[in-house]
Amino acid sequence: MTMNIKDIEGLIKKKIPDARIVIKDLVGDSNHFSAEITSKEFNGKTRIEQHKMVYNALSEELKEELHALSIKTMEEK
Amino acid sequence: MTKNIQNVEEAKETIKTNNIVLFMKGTKDMPGCGFSANVVQILNNLNVKYIDIDVLSDDNLKESMKKFTNWPTFPQLYVKGEFVGGCDIVKEMFESGELLELFNTKGIDVKT
Repeated sequence: MTMNIKDIEGLIKKKIPDARIVIKDLVGDSNHFSAEITSKEFNGKTRIEQHKMVYNALSEELKEELHALSIKTMEEK
Repeated sequence: MTKNIQNVEEAKETIKTNNIVLFMKGTKDMPGCGFSANVVQILNNLNVKYIDIDVLSDDNLKESMKKFTNWPTFPQLYVKGEFVGGCDIVKEMFESGELLELFNTKGIDVKT
């Protein structure tokens, strides 16, 4: 199953509304993505907690695809 | 060292009794996924001793570890009983030097 960049963005924004998101289709196969996400919601949280927030936003729709998504989270200063 | 684990209880025991435990797809000698291979490379690069456990060998173990760690993907790296992160976090920590620092703080032998 493939996903698209707009879907991923939409799902993240639903749970983390202020997120600034940069998503790249790593090999152009709509199957391996990287997402860089910046949000105030991450401030003061550990990296594990930040990644869990992203996983939670995506997990219902993208259960099987999650493993092919590389995540980098940043705090909004 | 590659270890065969039958169930999550054994996995918890292994996490408790070993400094570094990596739950991965495949084994360190034959990783079954690029993300797992990445973390193996990092640990080998730092020259630390670790136990690797192949979650693909047992579907039950794989699903139980997702629940236990509360993390949906593999690899999962444990250091001194604590979950450190998946591939992205471990990679970020390696690149920033935080991982080496963590090993040093925890008194884990790093042969450089």
